[in-house]
Amino acid sequence: MASGVVPVSVGNISTKTGISAAVLIAALILSALGAVTWRAEGGLTLNPSDWAAVRFTIWQAMWSAFFSCLLAVPVARAMARRRFWGRSFLITLLGAPFLLPVIVAVLGLLAIFGRSGLLNDALTLIGFETVSIYGLHGVVLAHVFFNLPLATRLLLQGWQSVPAEQFRLSAQLGTPPSMVFQLIEKPLLLRSLPGAFALVFVICLTSFAVALTLGGGPRATTIELAIYQAFRFDFDLGRAAVLSLVQLGVAGGAAVLAFWLVPQITFGAGLDRMQQRWDVRGGVSLALDRGIIGLAAAFLILPLAAITLSGLRGLSDVPWGVWGTAWTSLWVALVSVVVLLCLALPLAGWVAATRKGSVEAVGLLGLAASPLMIGTGWFILIFPYADPADWALVVTIVVNALMALPFALRILVPTLRETATTYGRLSQALGLKGLRLWVWVLLPRARPQIGFAAGLAGALSVGDLGVVALFSDPDRATLPLQMYRLMGSYRTEAAAGAALILLVLAFGVFWIMDYWGRKNAIAE
Amino acid sequence: MLSLNKVEIAQGDFRLSAHFDMDAGQRIAVIGPSGAGKSTLVNALCGFVDVAAGEITQDGRDITTALPSERGMAMLFQDNNLFAHLSIAQNVGLGIRPALRLTQSETAQVMTALDRVALQGFAQRKPFELSGGQQSRAALARALVHRKSWMVLDEPFAALGPALRAEMLDLVAEVASETGAGLLMVTHSPEDARRIADQVIFVGDGVAHAPMETAELLNNPPPALKAYLG
Repeated sequence: MASGVVPVSVGNISTKTGISAAVLIAALILSALGAVTWRAEGGLTLNPSDWAAVRFTIWQAMWSAFFSCLLAVPVARAMARRRFWGRSFLITLLGAPFLLPVIVAVLGLLAIFGRSGLLNDALTLIGFETVSIYGLHGVVLAHVFFNLPLATRLLLQGWQSVPAEQFRLSAQLGTPPSMVFQLIEKPLLLRSLPGAFALVFVICLTSFAVALTLGGGPRATTIELAIYQAFRFDFDLGRAAVLSLVQLGVAGGAAVLAFWLVPQITFGAGLDRMQQRWDVRGGVSLALDRGIIGLAAAFLILPLAAITLSGLRGLSDVPWGVWGTAWTSLWVALVSVVVLLCLALPLAGWVAATRKGSVEAVGLLGLAASPLMIGTGWFILIFPYADPADWALVVTIVVNALMALPFALRILVPTLRETATTYGRLSQALGLKGLRLWVWVLLPRARPQIGFAAGLAGALSVGDLGVVALFSDPDRATLPLQMYRLMGSYRTEAAAGAALILLVLAFGVFWIMDYWGRKNAIAE
Repeated sequence: MLSLNKVEIAQGDFRLSAHFDMDAGQRIAVIGPSGAGKSTLVNALCGFVDVAAGEITQDGRDITTALPSERGMAMLFQDNNLFAHLSIAQNVGLGIRPALRLTQSETAQVMTALDRVALQGFAQRKPFELSGGQQSRAALARALVHRKSWMVLDEPFAALGPALRAEMLDLVAEVASETGAGLLMVTHSPEDARRIADQVIFVGDGVAHAPMETAELLNNPPPALKAYLG
């Protein structure tokens, strides 16, 4: 079957707007790339500390992906086969770190693992040395906090994809647990793990906020952080440009490799459906599963609880300015969501219509081009003509939209593709096309996914501490940046209060948009 | 003998009651409208669905709460009967020894079973290399070596064409009578029932009725069955 030659009818989604969106995205990113290349002036020489940053970036991403996936296996396995009180709550909670503003999570982790955190208090109590959260292991710990739940969800998805008959079959054959692992679980892990590893690895490569707060110094600086430092501390645009190119090479290369491995991102629903199992035993294996689930839940819940408690205490110390920045963050996020949807919907429509996976790679540009690389490029472009600080929020809006784009495409494309396949011929027969096709067929069918993608983009944008740190001056800030400044000036109580506001804002934005999507969604 | 003694199955609002015996070695079809509970009935017999009340006994042994592997049932599902990453021989071998360490004579048994379903030469293939009909036959070969007293089929071969389906049904009937196993088959086609079943259980209106002679029942159907047959 030469499917490449025979045109497959997938409805008449107009590809023009999709191509325009792709061109616009490419222009936005390539202009930044052009600017940094021009500014790097051919001097692609790296000094030892740059090399150290490259090595650290790759190492920490490897370790983060390794531990996230390694720990996700027992957690997902235990959750897939045990029914317990609060199971669906825990599964919902697994989605939380993805939406959680990085800086908030860092504050929460500090409360547990920091110098005067719970862990060190406990260690001192029983007469052990205290441990430090700063450096490589702190960065990896934070990344595992974010990505262990993500990896667990991806693996749970794998378990869920096992046909019910296979568990029935092994129950009927009376296969011992070790054989159930061989028969069912090993193949699904081999299928799911590479994708999970690749996704976590790529996400961690562009880590900025975690490295900014928990890393730093010659031994724990990521490339992103090095760009920021070259920029803010040395105002060495040339070096920032060179580092940006390096970052593009590293993250871009990895993203392209990972693209073929990274799995479909399914959204919330369905993961808490429980498969009936006959192969699970009580005794030691039950106790072990309980312990694993308990530890994983504590690892997730304790930092969040710590933020909430200290945030409530610190709320009264929050300076007025914080509320202003909260408002700024909110409208920046909302505009960013609109920008995202204007880019993602036509693009997703185009991807769905062409059926070529390669087109989807356009969205990947957003993942490969790191926020600070784009920021550096645009700074170079804007600098000669205007005060970049005036453009800080505009740049933040666009960069946040670009960063959410790969995820939005992964969420939107499958539904649009399915809709186009199912209703394509009917729509063609009725002469539905262009805007009317979107209004009457595509948008209503994809409503839950649109709501979810918008919520995700909104939450990520509210919590983003990236390019805004590059551009802003003391008068202009978003809430995460303001919170970082409070932490930097040791106003811990006020920072905790700001963290709570940020937390509520991020989850609130997500919840409202996701709820809009699911409400009145067409029942299947 | 397989006995259902005042068995009640409840799933949400759905209720199904059954109270009858099935003789060993019989070939029985289960027919009825979709949603009536045909699959639920056989799944309860195989231990995949819990029974709310009553008891199921097999040759006098209470198996109401027994594990699926501790009942004398080998079930063929509609699909996903084979593990995709195992060879056909391994898939069949699971029926003899779930830990898959076969002795020479057991391996020979697998080969004989594959011969019986005309899959000689396919032992080392993976399921995806086989057609739908061949996959069904591989699953049947496993049921053959599994040597359970009942073979249970839930609308098997639904994806096959009419000629191939008839051929498979005949093969199933032959295999069942060779091993002396009883056959319990969910179907919505009266022709399938006439083709291989001695008796028919009609499931409708929340009741699984006691098995009756196939020809007798289908020729003089009670009103509910008549409405279903049309």
